[in-house]
Amino acid sequence: MSKNVYIAGVGVISAIGNNVAENLASLKNNSPGMGDMQRLESNHKGKLPVAEVKLSNESLCQQLGLPLHTSRTALLSTIAAKEAIENSGVTIKKYRTGFISANSVGGMDKTENFFIEFLNDNNAGDLHEVVNHECGAVTEITADHLGISDFVTTISTACSSSANSIFLGARLIRQGMLDVVVAGGTDALTKFTLNGFNTLMILDSQFCQPMDENRRGLNLGEGAGYVVLVSEKLAGSLDVKPTVQLTGWANANHAHHQTASSPDGTGNLLAMKGALKKAELNPSDIDYINLHGTGTNNNDIAEGTAIKNLFAGNYPLMSSTKSFTGHTLGASGGIEAVYSVLAIQEGLIFSNLRFETQMKELPFKPVTKLQQKEIKNVMSNSFGFGGNCSSLVFSKNA
Amino acid sequence: MSGSELKITAHAIIRNGKILRNSETIFESSDTGSDFLREAYEEGLKIDYPKFYKMDALGKSGIIATEVLLQDFDFGKYKPEEAGIVLSNKNSSIEADVNYFETARSFPSPALFVYTLPNIVIGEISIRYKFKGENAFFVSDQFDADWLHFYVSDLIHHQKIKACICGWVESVDENFDTCLFLVEKEQKENAVNFTAENLKEIYGLKV
Amino acid sequence: MNKDELMLQLKEQIIKQLKLEGKTPADIGDHDPLFVEGLGLDSIDALELIVLLQQEYNIKLNNAEQGQEVFRSVSTMAEFILEKQTQYV
Repeated sequence: MSKNVYIAGVGVISAIGNNVAENLASLKNNSPGMGDMQRLESNHKGKLPVAEVKLSNESLCQQLGLPLHTSRTALLSTIAAKEAIENSGVTIKKYRTGFISANSVGGMDKTENFFIEFLNDNNAGDLHEVVNHECGAVTEITADHLGISDFVTTISTACSSSANSIFLGARLIRQGMLDVVVAGGTDALTKFTLNGFNTLMILDSQFCQPMDENRRGLNLGEGAGYVVLVSEKLAGSLDVKPTVQLTGWANANHAHHQTASSPDGTGNLLAMKGALKKAELNPSDIDYINLHGTGTNNNDIAEGTAIKNLFAGNYPLMSSTKSFTGHTLGASGGIEAVYSVLAIQEGLIFSNLRFETQMKELPFKPVTKLQQKEIKNVMSNSFGFGGNCSSLVFSKNA
Repeated sequence: MSGSELKITAHAIIRNGKILRNSETIFESSDTGSDFLREAYEEGLKIDYPKFYKMDALGKSGIIATEVLLQDFDFGKYKPEEAGIVLSNKNSSIEADVNYFETARSFPSPALFVYTLPNIVIGEISIRYKFKGENAFFVSDQFDADWLHFYVSDLIHHQKIKACICGWVESVDENFDTCLFLVEKEQKENAVNFTAENLKEIYGLKV
Repeated sequence: MNKDELMLQLKEQIIKQLKLEGKTPADIGDHDPLFVEGLGLDSIDALELIVLLQQEYNIKLNNAEQGQEVFRSVSTMAEFILEKQTQYV
C-alpha cells in the first residue's frame, strides 16, 4: 500500500469567483471579494463589509436542480464539490469513494429564518427550514446529489474543520479503505455568525489587513472548497496524471482558551512542526505558506510567533488569501487548500492585499505583490476556535 | 486489523440521572438538566474549577465525564501532545445555538456565542486536562463504534498519539447522553480490549 | 447614585453576568484588578462586561481596547459610568 495521496481535482466557490477559473483570475488580478452586504439582511448592512458569493440561492438551486428550501451551506458545498469531481476526471462510481465535509454553521441560514417567525409566534415558522440545521444534514444533501454513499462524514471543529476533513481523507486512502475522497468544507454567511463575531469584537469595519501592525479584525466570508484525493494506483490510471500530492498534515490543540489562540502560538507550532515531520521535510523546504492570517490581533500574532520560532531566520514567502475571500470559517481550509494546489500548479504566490506596516513583533512580512516562481512545497494553515490547529503540506511530484 | 493491543482503560457514562465509572454507578440524583450537572459537580465529584459555571451544558457534561474518566490517570506518563480527543454527537451545539439565539434578540452574549460550536467541549477538556494532541469532532446520526475504533486506532498507530479520550457527548433540551472512553496501549486492571464490539457493548449499557 | 452605591451594584451585576458562582460583592475589592491576577477574568468576560455596560447603563464601548482601561477595577468602571452619565445630564 502506497503512502502517496494525490490531488486529482479541485473545486471552489467564494466571493472572488464561482469556480476555479474565476477564483484564479481574481487572485492574479489582486481583486478582493469584500463589499457591502447585498444578500444578507442584517442591521450591520453598510457598516460591516462581508465577502459574499455573488450567486443568489435561487440561481444556485436552479443550477443544481435542488429545492428552494435547501440551505445555502449545502448549495455552496454541492457546487464546489461537483466542480472538483468534474475537474478530476475520475468516474467516482467505479471506485470506493468517500465524501468528507466540514462546516460550522450547518443549516443556520434557514434555521434563523424559522426562528424569527417562531419566536414571535410558536405556531408560526416553516419547519422545513430547521430540518437541515444539524451540520451533518448539510453533508448528506451534497453526498446524495453527488451519488456518494460508500463513506460520508462531517467534521465540525470550527475554522480548521475543512483542513481536518482533507487529512482525514488522506488517511483513509493511505489505510486502503477508500480509493477516492472528495474532501473540504463549506459555510454560508449567516446573521448568527455575523452577530456572534461582532459580539467578540473581532470584525473589521474596513477591508481586513491580515498580518499588518495596524490590523483591526476580520471580514466574514462564505464559500466552499474541495479537493479530490486519490490513491497512487488510481492516479496512475488517469489520463492526466496529478502533479500535486498531500504529503503532510498535523493537528494539535492550544489548550489555552475556548476561542483565543495562546499568544505564543503553542498549538500553531505543534501543528506546523507535525505537518513538516509527516511530510519528511525541513522548514527550509517550504516555498510558500498560505497563512490562516485572519486579520485579528490574536490570530496573527500567535501564528506569526509560531512561524518565527519554527522557521528561525529562514522565512518562506507567505500571504493570507483571506485578504481576498474574507474568513470563510468552516470552508477556509478547503478553499485555501485549492489555492495552495493552484499555487503549485501555476507557480504563483498570491498577494497579501492591503498590507502596509510590518508587525513590530515579527522579523518578516507577507508578500505584497503577485509573484511567479517555481513552488515545490506549500504549507496551508487553519486554526480554529476550540484551540483546534491544523497544518497541511502540499508538494509537487518529485 | 490493528488495535488488538490497545485497551479501553476506563469509561464513563452520564445518562438518565446517573454517572457511571467503569460500569459502576458513582453518582445518582433525581435532579435533572443543569441542576443534575451542578449537583454532580459540587456534591458528587467535589470538583473545584470555577470556569465550570460558565460553560454550556455540553461543556459541563464533557468536563464531568472526563473528570470521572481520568480519576486514576497518570498525567505524568504522556506529553500533552501525545494525548488526543475524538468526540462525536448528532446535534452538534444545538442547545447553545438556541440559547445564544434567544439573547441575540436583545443583547447578544459573547459568552454564549463561544459555545455555538460542538468542538468547544474539546477545547474545555484540553484546557483543564492539558491534552494538546490531535482532536476531532464528528457529527453523525448515531454512535458509530466502527468509525471511532478506526479513527482512534489510526491516531495511536500512525499519528503519535499515546492516550486518547473518545466517545459520544450529546446534550439536547437538558438531556444528556455522554459516554467517554480512555484508550491507551497499557494493560491495566479491568481494562478491556479496544474493539468496536466492546465500544458498542459499553455504550449500550442499560442505565 | 453615589460611587459607593454604584460599585456595590456593579459587583452584584458582574457576579451575575460573569457567572462567578460562589463569589459575593465582599470578595471583590474596589481596586482589585479584574483581569488575570485579580478575579482571573479573560477576554470573553471583558466582552460580557461591555454587554453589561450597554444593557444596564446604556453606554456603548466601540472597541475592546477601550475596555482595558475601563475594566481595570470596579472603581475605574464606576468612575467611567459616572462620567458618562453626567455627560447626558
